[in-house]
Amino acid sequence: MTNLSVINQLTKIGKIEVEFLVREISQLVSNENYTIMEFCGTHTHEISRYGIRSLLPKSLSLKSGPGCPVCVTAEEDIDYIIQIVEKYDLSVITFGDIVRVPGSKGSLSYLKAKGKEVLVVYSPLESVKIAKNNPNKNYLLIGIGFETTVPTLAYTIKKIVEEDLKNIYYFSLHKLTPPAMKALLDSGEVKLDGIIGPGHVSTILGVKGWQEILKDYKIPFVIMGFEPEDIIWGIYILIQKIKKQEYGVFNTYGRSVSFEGNLVAQELVNEVFYISEANWRGFGIIPNSGLELKPQYQYLDAKKIFLLNEPIKVRKTGCRCGEVLRGVIEPYQCPLFAKVCTPDNPKGPCMVSSEGSCAAYYLYERN
Amino acid sequence: MSNLILLSHGSGGDSTRQLIEKEFLKFLSNPILNELLDSGVFEIPGSSFKMALTTDSYVISPIFFKNGDIGKLSVFGTVNDLCVVGAKPLFLSLGLIIEEGLDINDLRKIINSISEAANEAKVKIITGDTKVVEKNKGDKIFINTTGIGIVESHRDWRDRPVQKGDVVIVSGPIGDHGIYIMLERLSIQTDEEVKSDLANLSEVVLGALDRFDQIKFVRDATRGGVATVLNEISQKYNLTIEVYEEEIPVREWVKNASEVLGIDPIYSANEGKFVMIISQNQAQDLLNYLSLYPLTKDAKIIGYVTDINKPKTYLVTRIGTKRILESLKGDILPRIC
Repeated sequence: MTNLSVINQLTKIGKIEVEFLVREISQLVSNENYTIMEFCGTHTHEISRYGIRSLLPKSLSLKSGPGCPVCVTAEEDIDYIIQIVEKYDLSVITFGDIVRVPGSKGSLSYLKAKGKEVLVVYSPLESVKIAKNNPNKNYLLIGIGFETTVPTLAYTIKKIVEEDLKNIYYFSLHKLTPPAMKALLDSGEVKLDGIIGPGHVSTILGVKGWQEILKDYKIPFVIMGFEPEDIIWGIYILIQKIKKQEYGVFNTYGRSVSFEGNLVAQELVNEVFYISEANWRGFGIIPNSGLELKPQYQYLDAKKIFLLNEPIKVRKTGCRCGEVLRGVIEPYQCPLFAKVCTPDNPKGPCMVSSEGSCAAYYLYERN
Repeated sequence: MSNLILLSHGSGGDSTRQLIEKEFLKFLSNPILNELLDSGVFEIPGSSFKMALTTDSYVISPIFFKNGDIGKLSVFGTVNDLCVVGAKPLFLSLGLIIEEGLDINDLRKIINSISEAANEAKVKIITGDTKVVEKNKGDKIFINTTGIGIVESHRDWRDRPVQKGDVVIVSGPIGDHGIYIMLERLSIQTDEEVKSDLANLSEVVLGALDRFDQIKFVRDATRGGVATVLNEISQKYNLTIEVYEEEIPVREWVKNASEVLGIDPIYSANEGKFVMIISQNQAQDLLNYLSLYPLTKDAKIIGYVTDINKPKTYLVTRIGTKRILESLKGDILPRIC
């Protein structure tokens, strides 16, 4: 074991150390069946991209979780947005892949190709400039993202208020990850032995942000970085904790994640948003897992201002994203996967988002 | 859903290719176009040499950037498309579509850099066209350039068969242009070294083709990045390519920024890099030659043709695993987390 203490002190793990850790993991697992879940979409992506699954023993199963904001956006929310955009003639400002997520009547990209103004910006702050420069148009800013992204949006809201803009409205699709983690563990649908904790989200939440939720569960939760070496190292620690039956939150991503998290960001978010329920694809309504604008910002809240003609109906489709997000099936077990559903023609958000597990399997693990 | 053109149809990846194959070639097919090279190469009746013709439209934002602007890009982009098929660029046409309201000083700056770039690449603009469209019917300025050049037969690599064991070379660190432009759009303040790699490749590429008769493929790795070019080669010649992550040169700032953005530099656009396939026995000499030019001094062997009759591209990762390397799918967007 002397080698291990050496690795422990290394700031950079190289190929030899990876090989060593992989052997150690194999020995620890020793053909017993274990199931661990990576909660975060970036982990899913990197595990596929680096072929990490192929290095691990067959009896150690890695499941992907619901940690991709685009993926967990409910189809009803896409339909809701499209309906109010058309009814109230709003121009849409959003960022990232959300524009390609299909709703029951097409995606925002499709709406754009039909002539509606849908602006995909790189930073939400651009929306302030756009709305200011076009006072005769009304804009809908779609706020999407977990704890990591929310602070930028909270800052954007404050800028909108500061500039006294009256032609921009906010549609929150924000979601909070610890309640979803709890919902997943409570459902017991998939028996998990350990969890790969999300690195990005934890930079904001800190170790502390997970402790309260996880204290009642007998499961180790190891926060990891995103380099392949970080992931292998983290999995090694996680397997050790599983074997020793040590439960709780452990941090192997100390270079970015502190105990308290980013307090400035947390405060900014608390100033602008309150915690509400949210509708997660694959899960349905999860209490305390969403964020909505606080009363003083409600004049910006699209959900309060723009009313629907009729309630959105839940549609039954062949897409099994929901089960993929809960770790119940692997992407390739969906009958649509790689046949009618591909990154160029996605049927569900898990194939749209670069963080989605269907896209990761399609791009990197198909032979 | 598929009855409308979406932005991803112009991304340079799979959607673009499908559009070309299913909608354009169906009606426009002919032996020259069907080769789908960067330029169409054709013979002049009664003459011993061939000519190459290419066209490209430049619809970029921002129009001014570090180490270039839309003017310089519209010259070098077209010159590069000519030289990679072995053509010595001679003449360019210049089509300007200007949006009403463009500042005349911006237009002057653009024309000035077109002039400088044309001098550097030793080409002349010999015809042009100007249109002005109403405000909001364009985006400041769109430029189309068409280029024509001569292909001397010793530079024409098209009939040289790619074989197992052939070597894949990239001409330098990859991903600069795409990652830099994304940082610009995010309004992220960057250092001096963070800039586009826009460059005229004709001198170095034509020089290489003069010296090495076993160069079997050349393409500049623009939109879709190096991964898309590698997939195009494996599909075109029906062979397997394996590249090694550790051998692919990537600048430190590109590496850092791409981690934050969640974008793989292997899919990111370049404007001054090419991919070459050459037989093993000339590979080292080619590298020695490339090392003489500042533009290609960091050229590297990144992989090999490992099999024939199986059109696949693989990447061997730095931790030793091997996985498929797909071409670009959809658009490149920063991740949401």
